[in-house]
This record gives sequence, C-alpha cells and structure tokens, in this order.
Amino acid sequence: MKIEVLGPGCPRCQTLESNVKEALEQLGIDAEVEKITEIGQIAARGVLSTPGIVIDGKVVSAGKLLSVDEIKALLKKS
Amino acid sequence: MLKIFTLLADLVVYSWLGLEPGTHISESLHFFIEDTTKIFFLLATIIFAVAIVRSFFPPERTRKFLAGKNIYVAHLLSALLGVVTPFCSCSACPLFIGFVEAGIPLGVTFSFLIASPMVNEIALVMLFGLFGWKIAGIYLITGLMVAIIAGIVIGKLHMERYVADYVWEIRVGDAGVQEMDWSDRINYAKGYVKDIIAKIWLYVLAGIAAGALVHGYVPQDFLLRYAGPDNPFAVPFAVVLGVPLYSNAAGIIPIVHALMEKGLPLGTTLAFMMAVTSLSFPEMVILSQVLKKELIAAFVAIVTLTIIMVGYLFNFIM
Repeated sequence: MKIEVLGPGCPRCQTLESNVKEALEQLGIDAEVEKITEIGQIAARGVLSTPGIVIDGKVVSAGKLLSVDEIKALLKKS
Repeated sequence: MLKIFTLLADLVVYSWLGLEPGTHISESLHFFIEDTTKIFFLLATIIFAVAIVRSFFPPERTRKFLAGKNIYVAHLLSALLGVVTPFCSCSACPLFIGFVEAGIPLGVTFSFLIASPMVNEIALVMLFGLFGWKIAGIYLITGLMVAIIAGIVIGKLHMERYVADYVWEIRVGDAGVQEMDWSDRINYAKGYVKDIIAKIWLYVLAGIAAGALVHGYVPQDFLLRYAGPDNPFAVPFAVVLGVPLYSNAAGIIPIVHALMEKGLPLGTTLAFMMAVTSLSFPEMVILSQVLKKELIAAFVAIVTLTIIMVGYLFNFIM
C-alpha cells in the first residue's frame, strides 16, 4: 500500500501526516507514506484544498484534517 | 434573542459582584462578560451551520461550476462562492492553479481569492454579534462589491503573463472526491468548529478585553477629534494600518466595535476591517509561488484602492 499526504507544509498538513502514521501503526499496516509538498504535484492529483490523502493513486480526502479514527476507516475500506 | 447575554452580564456584574453601574470598572467588566459569552455562543452555532453549507461546495466542484460562464456572472458567482467555499491560505496556490487550469479567467479567479478571506464566517459572526445584523449585512455586500470590482479591474489589465510560467503547464487531475453523507457533514462541521475555536479563542478574548478597556476608560468623543468624518486622511490611514494586522482578524473586531462607539465613522471602520481581513503578508508570500511580483503588487494596490473608495463612500452617505 502506498499513501501520499498532500500539503505545502502548513500545521494542518503536518498534523494529518502524523495522524496517518498513527493510524497505520494502530492497524499494524506496513505502508509507504510520502509527503507531497510541491504545489504542481498537489494540483496534478486534482486536489485544490489541502491537506489531502491519496491511497494507491486514488484521492480519498481533500481539505479535511481527518482524525486517526477517520483515517483508520478509510484504510480499512481500501 | 441576544438580549439574554446582556441580562447575564447584568446578573454577574451588578448582582453577584455588587458593583455600582456607571463606573469605569463595572462598565468594562459588563462589556467583557456580555461580549465573550455572546461571541463564543455565536461562533459555535453559526460556524457549525456554515460548515454544513460548505460541505456542499468543495473547491474541486466550484471550479467546474465556474468554468465557461458569462464573465460578469462569473465574477458575481466567484465572489459568492468565495464566501462559502472552504479556504485556508495554505490552499491558495493549488486552488489558484486549479481555477486557471479550468479556463476560469484570471480576474474571476481573483474575485474568489479576495472574497474568500475577507467575507469569512468568523468576521461575519463577530460583526453580527457585536454590531448587529445591519452592519454585518453591509459588510457582506460591500465585501462582495470590493471582490467583484477589484477582480474585474485585474481582469481588464490582462496580466496573464505575470502568472508564474510553470502554472500554465500543469494539468490538474480529476480527484473525484466522494460525496459526503449527512453523518460525514455533521462530523466535518463539528471538527471545523473545534479547529476554528482552538485557533482564535485567545485572539477573541484578548480583543474583547482590549475593547472592554476602551469602552470603560476612553472618553466618548476622543476619536471624533482625530479620526472623525472631518479628517480626509482617516480612511487611507486606517487601511494602511489594517493591512499588517491580518492574524488578529478575530481579535481586531471587538476593538473596532469599541472604537466605533467612541465616534469612528462607519466608512472608516469598514475600510479598516476589510484591510485587516483581505490583505496579509503571509498570504502574499504563499501566492508568490504562483504569481510574479508585478501581479502581486497590482493585486495589493487595486484591493487597497477599492477598499479606500468604499470607506469614503460610506463616510459620505452616512
């Protein structure tokens, strides 16, 4: 599984990244987490409101600071 | 309905603390208790409602909606959508790219970028709570006017060449963000209220405390002498003072409320608040990733001039 966290580096984006890592740890999933900070790269994925989450190339959330539990629910679905 | 907060402050200050009405300390304390309880109640309830409305307008959808509309209709819709679309300054760049790539004209994109921070729900809640619905309504309408006029002017200047070159080469993907159901929307709204309150509560308290001191201790006609309707430089001065104060938008409105009571004219007050909320140094730094400095300078100059004109207009007609 490959997870991308999209955000130019604002506090919300950093919190989201640590929530994603926490969710993965709690579920015991071994996934690659990559932070995408370049604006062109973020827009190219179709996300216009940050922070966003992409799981295996599919945008699952945009413009929301999801909690650990919400991310766990998203991870279980995909 | 908002009377209840006056009664609450009456009860605390005059009955429980037993202070004499009309003294500096009781006036200040009454002002502080009434305004803090009222503002936090309004922030929680209204931001919740606004967040529910917002959940229907993610920017990914907004840009599809705006593309290909008649230019003046597009300016109006763009400013209106700026009010309801979720926006934080760190999203400004991807949003800008997304709009431009969808073929939305540069001027229309700016109408959105100007309206979004200026006519936001925090400013509107604070204005409604402290000044009443009339002033909040005037702020909403003039804010939209400023966004539309400044956007049209920027569009007419044909400054497309001052957008960073790489922006034109980006192809925005289709995110296909999933539709939220009602429980998602309620969760989103709850989280949003929590985020906003956590971010601004200290500014609100500090602002109301400063406002309370002004209310209790500054003489009634103090500002009339310096910044009254007779001083032709009051409006531009207020605007220039307001631009660097961005981060304290939540804290500045209670102070402005107290200043207006002491004779600051409506136009000057409006212009000052708009300068505080619409232009900010951090946002310009962020936007410099997608705009060349000529366009940023034009943006700041045009918005500043439009706000100054609105200030003069209201001082003249009131």
